[in-house]
Amino acid sequence: MPGHTSARPHQGIFGTVCVVLVSPAGLSDSSCLLRNEWICWEYVQTRAEDLRQMIGQHIYITVVSVALAFAVSLPLALLVRRWAPLEGPILGTSTMLYTIPSLALFALLQPLTGLTIKTVIIGITAYSLVILVRTNLTALRSVPTDAVEAARGMGYDAGRMLLRVELPLALPTIFAGLRVATVSAVALTTVGAIIGYGGLGNAIYRGYRSNFKAEVLTASVLCVVLAMVADLLLVVLQRRLTPWRRRAG
Amino acid sequence: MDWLSGAWDWLTDPANWSGPEGIASRLWEHTYVSGIALLVASLIALPIGLWLGHIGRGGGLAINISNIGRAVPTFAVLVLLVLPLGLERRTLATILALVLFALPPLLTNAYVGMREVDRDTVGAARGMGMTARQLVTGVEIPLAIPVIMNGVRIAAVQVVATATIAAIVAGPGLGRIITAGFGLQDQDEIIAGAILVAAYALVVEGLFALLQRVLDPQERARKRSRSRGFDPSVGAVTDSRSSV
Repeated sequence: MPGHTSARPHQGIFGTVCVVLVSPAGLSDSSCLLRNEWICWEYVQTRAEDLRQMIGQHIYITVVSVALAFAVSLPLALLVRRWAPLEGPILGTSTMLYTIPSLALFALLQPLTGLTIKTVIIGITAYSLVILVRTNLTALRSVPTDAVEAARGMGYDAGRMLLRVELPLALPTIFAGLRVATVSAVALTTVGAIIGYGGLGNAIYRGYRSNFKAEVLTASVLCVVLAMVADLLLVVLQRRLTPWRRRAG
Repeated sequence: MDWLSGAWDWLTDPANWSGPEGIASRLWEHTYVSGIALLVASLIALPIGLWLGHIGRGGGLAINISNIGRAVPTFAVLVLLVLPLGLERRTLATILALVLFALPPLLTNAYVGMREVDRDTVGAARGMGMTARQLVTGVEIPLAIPVIMNGVRIAAVQVVATATIAAIVAGPGLGRIITAGFGLQDQDEIIAGAILVAAYALVVEGLFALLQRVLDPQERARKRSRSRGFDPSVGAVTDSRSSV
């Protein structure tokens, strides 16, 4: 598989010998690595640096993709709101895009971007965009007209209206969309392993190829933890950005 | 556009359609595992979702299961099932994974569909002396059908997409053409496989959107009572909810 340069020391008897030789601590017979157990703290300890790098790549792909998608989705949602005939084509195209499985999307993108991290980022940006255009449009439309009219009566122009009235009131729904997009992006990133850029997905794939149970389970659990932490961070951020909702209880 | 013509050549070469690894058998595998998984998942999730929606309990579970389903990578679950079951039982592992990922949309939509039935309508049906059974089969389910079928459509698309990813763990289906292409560094085969997978997913989405319309009793009622000609309400009904 292209992009996979790291050795696979866990294949068969030869692999086991390798582990003994390279492991800095040296392994006793009771080692969970030797017995290929699902839960193995020793794995986490000996591969900590490796795991850190993959988590870093995972976070990088997720953050860049969702940020790019958000940056594009907001003007797109504003455009659709301003010019209703665009709604059908834009939402229709994006729903079609969302139907295409990630493996096929990465495969279709790689003649253009090659087996690089760009392919994964563009693919996940596209999926996130589908979610965010919809939710941002819903969010903008959910702003109470009373508030908009009151602001207009106070002499707000379009720019100030958007920044001071509409976006703040739309924030809860915008964040709901961001949370869905982020959690989905964390899960989707794993499929990037097919071209060697899947963050923790690389570990899952490598673990699958070498029948290394601890590697597969650890990376899988870390993926879910990563998604939960990202979700939690967005909740905290939303609370800080909308203090008036807290006070209102 | 060189890569596109290469993919076209690959797709139109009859040699690539036959044999155990040909397009025809991969198509069949994909349909087979997806169909079984969707059926099994529906048999499990729909009764539970409908029942929870009817009694109005377990809403937290029905909603949260979707959020959990979104956070768990399909790829991870596939590997976690294939490793203990063994490569020789990878079809079983694939079907199991597909069932797991079809459950959340089915369960959530069945629950939400039942809960969204107008409470006044339910009250009126009760007042007319309908039994619980009549209420469920005669009032609640028919009114909930659009939302339930939307869940079935989302689950179908989910199953087809997950079946594609199963190819990474040597599972059955069209995704194998893509992974085989990656293995051979054959650009034409990769693109051809991706086009097949995308077309398959879009056809499934379209078929289930159609099924959703056909099974909607309100849509049928409108058709019956409609005088010949243009009906503006049709457009509103076909506007499917977002699948996200």
